[in-house]
Amino acid sequence: MFYREAGQFKSSYVADQELFPVKQDRLGIFLIIGFSFIVIPLIANDYWLQAILIPFLIFSLAALGLNLLTGYAGQLSLGTGGFMAVGAYSCYKLVTVFPETNVILLILLSGFISAGVGLIFGIPSLRIKGFYLAVATLAAQFFFEWLFGRVKWFYNYNDSGAIEVQVRKVFDIAVTGPVATTQARYMVVLCIVTVLALIAVNIVRGRIGRAWMAIRDMDIAAELIGIRPLTTKLIAFAISSYYAGVAGALYVFTYLGSAEVEVFDINISFEILFMIIIGGLGSISGAFFGAAFIVLIPILITNLPLILGIPINTATVEHFNFMILGALIVLFLIFEPHGLAKIWSILREKLRVWPFPY
Amino acid sequence: MKNKIFLTLIASVISCLWLSQGVMAAKGIYIPLFTYRTGPFAGSGIPNANGMSDYLNMLNERDGGIGGVPLIVEECETGYNTKKGVECYEKVKPNNPVVINPYSTGITLQLIPKSPVDKIPVHSMAYGLSAAADGSVFPWVFNYPSTYWNQASAIIKYIGYQEGGMSNLKGKKIGFIFLESGYGREPIPLFEELSAELGYELFTIPVAFKESQNQSSHWLKVRKEKPDWMIMWGWGVMNPTAIKEATRIKFNMEKFVGVWWSGGEDDARPAGKAAKGYKSSNFHGIGTNYPAIQDILKYIVDKGKSQVKDRSRVGENFYMRGVFNSVLVAEAIRTAQGKYGNRVITSAEMRWGMENLNLTSARLAEIGLPGFANPIKVTCDDHANNGPIYIQQWNGTSWERVSGWINSMDRVRPMLEKAAADYKAKNSVPDRTIPCS
Repeated sequence: MFYREAGQFKSSYVADQELFPVKQDRLGIFLIIGFSFIVIPLIANDYWLQAILIPFLIFSLAALGLNLLTGYAGQLSLGTGGFMAVGAYSCYKLVTVFPETNVILLILLSGFISAGVGLIFGIPSLRIKGFYLAVATLAAQFFFEWLFGRVKWFYNYNDSGAIEVQVRKVFDIAVTGPVATTQARYMVVLCIVTVLALIAVNIVRGRIGRAWMAIRDMDIAAELIGIRPLTTKLIAFAISSYYAGVAGALYVFTYLGSAEVEVFDINISFEILFMIIIGGLGSISGAFFGAAFIVLIPILITNLPLILGIPINTATVEHFNFMILGALIVLFLIFEPHGLAKIWSILREKLRVWPFPY
Repeated sequence: MKNKIFLTLIASVISCLWLSQGVMAAKGIYIPLFTYRTGPFAGSGIPNANGMSDYLNMLNERDGGIGGVPLIVEECETGYNTKKGVECYEKVKPNNPVVINPYSTGITLQLIPKSPVDKIPVHSMAYGLSAAADGSVFPWVFNYPSTYWNQASAIIKYIGYQEGGMSNLKGKKIGFIFLESGYGREPIPLFEELSAELGYELFTIPVAFKESQNQSSHWLKVRKEKPDWMIMWGWGVMNPTAIKEATRIKFNMEKFVGVWWSGGEDDARPAGKAAKGYKSSNFHGIGTNYPAIQDILKYIVDKGKSQVKDRSRVGENFYMRGVFNSVLVAEAIRTAQGKYGNRVITSAEMRWGMENLNLTSARLAEIGLPGFANPIKVTCDDHANNGPIYIQQWNGTSWERVSGWINSMDRVRPMLEKAAADYKAKNSVPDRTIPCS
């Protein structure tokens, strides 16, 4: 009843090619975007914006990038943390070299450097697949951790060995650095994530996305029907790294405020991989669901005893956190191996036929 | 149906979470403690956290707080993870904390730029950014009693004494093994400068965090290089591993000096008797022979109000460091109350209290910690106090003090000022507007 698309006739090609062909989807997306742009900045406090929503959006973006590569093009990568680091450090260098330039522009530009690097590390994908490729991308992860830790030029010879975010203004409103309000930072992240997510939806339903899926499902067959594995795989690596790079730059510039290379360690790569596995491989919404799961559940578990007034020490909660999160991941994968996105689509089907199930 | 219940559950929990923010009413001085009782550094983090909370809780139990105002002590678990640190900070911020003890260099670096904006002082006790010693650039950040550079210079001085004079360092070879992070790399510029001046040869061995439990190759290199002395800047699980490896290559433990964060009982104990002779620097006393520690045992530990499971672990090095951290916080609160009256002080008043802290030997004795530490006097310009250190030695079962107080070299202060000026220029920090005194 709620999701019935009956009666929604498409009378032109333009209407047929719309981003969200079902009216309810369109409405839902507009509502979500409207809510996050207008309502949330008005009602959310600093804690919600800074500790929950900003990291959620940034990780969604990173997961989205990895999902394009792993979920759509079928190339397993463990180098996300490394590519994020490339984005963050190149953004830092760009910001210090061009202090007058609009920082949002520089964040978006630093993604291109990350994309270029991703392109190079994507070359092995032409010869190796699956776990072997995972190992090759793991090399990217370790290489960049080593590089940004060792070569002082990347962090401008700071004594602390960390990159520090300076105050930068866009239209006279500080968007990075300590004086930037959380609202301003949230809006920057939200704008970038929204635009990039819409672009991603467009990519995957177009020629490139179809080529990726063909390569993923059977690369020999894809080659036979005229898809060039070289360009297709490399495009996947470049675009995915672009997303990761922008996410990395946002992570440091709008969230952490100062970072050592250790924040981009292998754990972050795994975390993002878990996000797309739990959220659903090969789905844009899955990246958001997965990020929500991995980012929000631990915060929820940590705060739950506090809210319910259970006196329990913080270390025990933290241990519970690990256990519950681990158990939830296993349970989710047993009951719904296709991830949260699949649960959502099942739910949608149910809503469609409600109240008269089969 | 099931989905509905599930969704309602999620919605209600989330709304609860939302509402719970800011519910906590402030009826005392709110002191959040960032702790890491979990994660790879928990071995050092647990005793530290115990010491910190036990001392403050003892003040609550024994004296009813400070100046009659109860202390609200709340731990926030960071796991030494920078991301969780951000969450903790945002969580405690609405409760008007008087001071933040980040207990992680990464989290400290993040909070330094935020502190003047949010007007919450940061106390990174003997860790964090050394340059924060310059109060004219960092009015809201304090790292007394000492900094890593002060300590590094004091250790070189100690080695010089042991060799019979600084001039004897010429031609000696000193190895520096460190955790490869901002923390570990920090003293290198100082060691290099001193090496050029004093004529010793320096070689460095970085240990990546991933390798901290497998250092055989690093120590093989040490064996090949045959250094006269080894200095270690380690943390967490890296420490016991390094000490064990050093005993394995039969390195003379008398000539192996660790940073003050490499001096835990649990760091030396796993290597057992073989580790005998290992040294580390320190800046406070250890053991339970202090009236204040007896009070902790009496009011907190014996009543089961502490998280310390084993009574014998009270008085260990990292436990005492936690205690010392809390002593410094408590004394700064007292100083602030001395000016503003015995009430719930604000974070700005706390900042004043920290900047005017004067912890004399007499005062230490008065609070039940006679001779516990070197007197500390913080000033407007000097937030690090350039405190001296002493060297302690592992006798196979416990630490023994083997040196007097060693002052750092005079050259350190200009270096700190230069580093602060560099930070100020790079991050366009505005000039200090807060008046001194």
